[in-house]
Amino acid sequence: MRLTLRIWRQKDPSVKGTMVTYKLDDISPDMSFLEMLDVLNERLIMDGDDPVAFDHDCREGICGMCGVMINGKAHGGEHTTTCQLHMRSFKDGDTIDVEPWRASPFPVIKDLAVDRRAFDRIIQAGGYISVPTGTAPEAHSTPVPKKDSDAAFDAATCIGCGACVAACPNASSMLFTAAKVTHLGLLPQGQPERYDRVVNMVTQQDLEGFGGCTNIGECSASCPKGISMETISRLNHDLLGALRAGVKPKS
Amino acid sequence: MTVTTSGQRRTPKVAKTNSVVKKVVMAVSGIIMILYLIAHMIGNLHAFQGAQAYNDYATWLRTFGEPALPKRTILTVIEVVLTVSVLAHMWAAFSLWYQAKRARPVGYVTKKAMAQSYASRTMRWGGVIILAFIVYHLLDMTTGTVNLAADKSEPFDRLVASFTNPWVTAFYVIALVLLGMHLRHGIWSATQTLGQSNRRRERTVNAAATSLSVLLIAGFLVVPLAIAIGALR
Repeated sequence: MRLTLRIWRQKDPSVKGTMVTYKLDDISPDMSFLEMLDVLNERLIMDGDDPVAFDHDCREGICGMCGVMINGKAHGGEHTTTCQLHMRSFKDGDTIDVEPWRASPFPVIKDLAVDRRAFDRIIQAGGYISVPTGTAPEAHSTPVPKKDSDAAFDAATCIGCGACVAACPNASSMLFTAAKVTHLGLLPQGQPERYDRVVNMVTQQDLEGFGGCTNIGECSASCPKGISMETISRLNHDLLGALRAGVKPKS
Repeated sequence: MTVTTSGQRRTPKVAKTNSVVKKVVMAVSGIIMILYLIAHMIGNLHAFQGAQAYNDYATWLRTFGEPALPKRTILTVIEVVLTVSVLAHMWAAFSLWYQAKRARPVGYVTKKAMAQSYASRTMRWGGVIILAFIVYHLLDMTTGTVNLAADKSEPFDRLVASFTNPWVTAFYVIALVLLGMHLRHGIWSATQTLGQSNRRRERTVNAAATSLSVLLIAGFLVVPLAIAIGALR
């Protein structure tokens, strides 16, 4: 395959970036998108140029590290992660625009790599349950209805890649936070901290500077794990309950 | 070495109010306005009973509850509730708009939509246009300031004077269709915001939002269109 790539190049956060055009020949349709970038980087290194910086780790669609805007769609819009997107999804001679996630809480570190620690801080604000560590308890001692465990599992498949924020016209992290709130809030172990969790996580996402949700649905449509808009409704429901109960965010 | 600034240090002023609370304000004020719109639409249909019935209805609104209640009691209550709702709705909207602008200062070179509807995309500017329309509508039908009918006209005269003018009718039709789209996304969005939607209900909620908006706007449109084509004078 012959491709024309237009990639966002930005040396560091202090300088302005720009789209740079690269031409690639001889790309196999069986390559993953990241392997295609590897081929480009090898050539750039051989030529003595600076390789394109991009995040990646497991390359099997479960870690959530890789994630770029491909032709204006998060992860290329194929309901998978960038690493699991294959070049057969493109046509010979295509021009592909590659950009980093755009949101002020996700500042660009270099080229396509962004700092997503804002998500870690949202998790720290409430995306956990407080239990003593030790031997795993007997699973049957806490019954969970099948319906709840299925819905909680669906929400738990969120890998925190940030595609929801990147795709959202408001740059809102609502789907991410809602997935965590739903995942823990549906299980018995999540009940003691249920109200504190939702208030603190929403407060933290506002503090990070994410936009507000307007229920457009771009997030869910762009999510490689197909997290449903239902989780957002659940978060809102929990938040209203928490506010009625007078729960205040921790300072 | 790469130094990145944490989002925390740039604590935005907008974050003082919880973004979900803003949405709740938006949803509740929106629901109040929808309830009003339903009553307004049904009231308008009095036009089909003739000029006399229409003008009597307008008088009844002003004299409702007399002599137990002073003149214009019910209208004043409606006006106050609506003004508060509009202001609350606008505050929430502009505040979230500003928050969204700050959340993405650098836009994409290429951005394609995956799911967003035209209605959801036009909520903000559509809302601004609807506000401008409401101001015009009040000057036209309530105060008569920009109306083409003579001074001291009856409500029905103002109706006929405006909708026999094709430009005014066209403006009303465009504004009402915009309002319909605004309601279409707004009803769905309010259901989400108030935590009443789920995967099973999603289709029902969306179908209800569409049918309510279409019915409401159709109800509003029949009066100006009937006058415009000369079926109602």
